[in-house]
Amino acid sequence: MITALYVALSRDLLAVIMVFSANSLLAAGMFMVMDAPDVGFTEAAVGAGVSTILMLLALRYCARHERPGRPQWLPFAVVALTGAVLVWGTMDLPPVGEPGNPIHLHVAPRYLQESGQEIGIPNVVTSVLASYRGFDTLGEVIVVFTAGLGVWLLIGARRRDEEQ
Amino acid sequence: MRDVVILRVVAKFLIPVIMLFALYVQFHGELGPGGAFQAGVILASAVILHMLVFGLETTRRVVPVAWLRAGAVLGALLYGGTGVAALVGGGNYLDYDALAADPVAGQHLGIILIELGVGLTVASTMVLLVFTFAERTRR
Repeated sequence: MITALYVALSRDLLAVIMVFSANSLLAAGMFMVMDAPDVGFTEAAVGAGVSTILMLLALRYCARHERPGRPQWLPFAVVALTGAVLVWGTMDLPPVGEPGNPIHLHVAPRYLQESGQEIGIPNVVTSVLASYRGFDTLGEVIVVFTAGLGVWLLIGARRRDEEQ
Repeated sequence: MRDVVILRVVAKFLIPVIMLFALYVQFHGELGPGGAFQAGVILASAVILHMLVFGLETTRRVVPVAWLRAGAVLGALLYGGTGVAALVGGGNYLDYDALAADPVAGQHLGIILIELGVGLTVASTMVLLVFTFAERTRR
């Protein structure tokens, strides 16, 4: 929370990137506390590691300090309103960890009880991601691939033209 | 950066350990936490650490960009190809039961193949992204 506020308010972009990275690491710790080591792993590696490097590299070709400008009230109002609506929405959510919550009654029991026989892998997260939700994971891989292809075509390929 | 002895020594010590850990996460993903996506990012971070310490030129001699492009494409193809193999084997697309005579063995085979594909694509793409940005900022 404090780190997020600092990211929003500070004008020193290098410090913002560092604090953002710390924020990701804290979030990773939070996921670990909530018994989701797979998600925590990803957050630590991607959020705190690779994306920090990418932002640092991007920072090298813009100025380190943000130019002071007039406060933008319309975007602030939109963001504040959206945030308030989201918080209002969470009021209707059932309490975290309640066994009778809808999320625990739909397909989760079947995954937990039968994936052992059907797939034979102890880590249910892997069975769900790789087998039951194979199409979603295929989509994620294609998204990563397309993102890399896009960056390479936009930045990498243009350089090759300049060399010729 | 080349002159900082402590960084170079620590990086030389850490990079193999990080790579080994990536392989562990990749192939142990069905037992412990983690999986191919995380393994790919960890492997990429080892290469990125090498780039940060030893410079872009050195790292590009170790890991040529052509390999990375091929790796990203091969990983995505391996994932899609596993689905097609399941189709050929008589099941639905990405239905690993059809990959082997025994459904459980088929599931194992399918998951290992697609995880390899995911890891390959994620690692190659991440390194490719960082290389592209680094190359652009160098000028």
